[in-house]
Amino acid sequence: MIPLSPTAPPGVVTSDALASDVGCFPTRAQYLALVRSFKDDGFEMCVDLCAVDYLEHLNRPLPDGVVGTRFEVVVNLLSLSKRQRVRVRVQAGDADPEVDSLFDLYPGTEAMEREAFDLFGVLFRAHPDLTRILMPEEWEGHPLRKDYAVGRVPVQFKEAPGPR
Amino acid sequence: MSDPTVRVAERVELLAAETSEGAQGLQSRRSTNKDELGREVGAVLRQSGLTLDPNDVDYERRDDETMIINMGPAHPSTHGVLRLMLELDGEFVLRTKPVIGYLHTGMEKTGEVLNYVQGGTNVTRMDYLSPIANELSYSMAVEKLLAIEVPERAIWIRMMMSELNRVASHLVWMATNGMDLGATSMMIYGFRERELILAFFEKTAGLRLNLNYVRPGGVAADLPDGWEDDVLVICDTIYERTFEYDELLTGQPIFRGRMIGVAPISAEEALALGVTGPVLRSTGVAWDLRRSMPYLAYDQVEFDVIVGTYGDNFDRYAIRLNEIRESVRIIRQCLEKMPSGDYRSQDPKVTPPPRARIDESMEALIHHFKLFTEGFHVPAGEVYSAIESPRGELGCYLVADGGPKPYRLHVRAPSFVNLQAVPLLMRGGSVSDAVTVISTVDPIMGEVDR
Repeated sequence: MIPLSPTAPPGVVTSDALASDVGCFPTRAQYLALVRSFKDDGFEMCVDLCAVDYLEHLNRPLPDGVVGTRFEVVVNLLSLSKRQRVRVRVQAGDADPEVDSLFDLYPGTEAMEREAFDLFGVLFRAHPDLTRILMPEEWEGHPLRKDYAVGRVPVQFKEAPGPR
Repeated sequence: MSDPTVRVAERVELLAAETSEGAQGLQSRRSTNKDELGREVGAVLRQSGLTLDPNDVDYERRDDETMIINMGPAHPSTHGVLRLMLELDGEFVLRTKPVIGYLHTGMEKTGEVLNYVQGGTNVTRMDYLSPIANELSYSMAVEKLLAIEVPERAIWIRMMMSELNRVASHLVWMATNGMDLGATSMMIYGFRERELILAFFEKTAGLRLNLNYVRPGGVAADLPDGWEDDVLVICDTIYERTFEYDELLTGQPIFRGRMIGVAPISAEEALALGVTGPVLRSTGVAWDLRRSMPYLAYDQVEFDVIVGTYGDNFDRYAIRLNEIRESVRIIRQCLEKMPSGDYRSQDPKVTPPPRARIDESMEALIHHFKLFTEGFHVPAGEVYSAIESPRGELGCYLVADGGPKPYRLHVRAPSFVNLQAVPLLMRGGSVSDAVTVISTVDPIMGEVDR
């Protein structure tokens, strides 16, 4: 387990029980400050950001002190100098998932956050352009949510009449 | 009487409305906020002292002085269905915004309804030029959760196939890049050489593309008899021909003119954008997961990590050309050191029994039946596994809930992230440079849109 940098917000839960990397479980309020402390600590790159909808596993095992919510935003940070990865899992909320955007720290998260918004409906505060990215603009719903039925929306050929 | 809802040439506004992506597209400057405008003009470094330079953003420029045009989604140089909206001042690009999603087929959603055995057929279709890399990243994630050992021979087969695939992928890149720059012969040669590798894939796995060859627990089939000769021929032929490419392209004045010094990116910008692979290495950052965080048996083979200096088009070209040579070097070492033994794990819960065993063993029959109806169960947990694909870091974030299907399958696609460097690289260049930028970033739309 790596010690958190001194600039990290106090009280962040960490765990090394994950299959490969060190995991941190900040609250929504701690999230941005924690990622900033990692960035200052030599994690130059944010390689991945994605969301998970734990609708079917609301009571999943989490480290002590972490209250699980339906949506989780998972961030994978990479330090080239230390050759180390760290995973930040922030509980993003149940009905109104919203976390801070990492755009100011890592501009490369722009597209990934848009994808998480598009497919899960997670909002990112202060994101410069929070629009859909993979789905068409007029699409309804967020397809990777677990309560979004596959095949609910028919294939859209706009000029063809009738239901199919 | 014509139907007013049917689009005809006279009703251009209907056509425009139908092809519009609304807020996803490039907006006029007036209705774009400062951060987004900065992003579209390619201002990347805005944190820790390096702030946005207002002069660089042309705040004063009025919308009626410039023109927004679409490049793609059906433009031949966009290698698929990439749509770039460009704001042009004459022939020069001021702002760029990639509009993607035209090839989105919901593969991450599909991944949640296929079991772990079937999953390979899904992920292999993401980056269709390097299927082995996709399968490898997925299989390694599953194996980490299962905590199973993969036999030594399977590891080396995987490594050899990955490198063959890297060569094939870079050859297609050389071919299409040549095509984009008017070197049509390169197109023919690149595809000709790649055919050697695809033929070997077909001999080994039965398919040329989308192999589903690397599977959790090992690989689908052992190498065919006489594979050493085939691989040796591939190595010799392709290594020799890389020097023909040198003659054809590297020293060619028109090619050099369009590549050298065009569309540079700095190391800081590349890191901030999360760019990986040859684009990152072209800036001088020697980051290659095969060397930096070795997986498979990359720590047991000798190869050089190719880095550039200027981060321009030519560096990206030179890196890919030399990576072909390095991959050939690795393949030759695989050829020498290939261990004997099993090509897949003998754990009956993961690997189907041999056909002959099914006739004589009830247990084998049950395992076979369970494996191909329900699939195997993977212990609950989550894992991120990353490998170096030809385009950069290909990661697989897998959440398992103890059942036979992934609860969540997320693929960190290198092209998807690298594409964010395009506005930066386009800035200030001409439209003809834009073609080379798309080419040297090498996005694969199947992977971008998933």
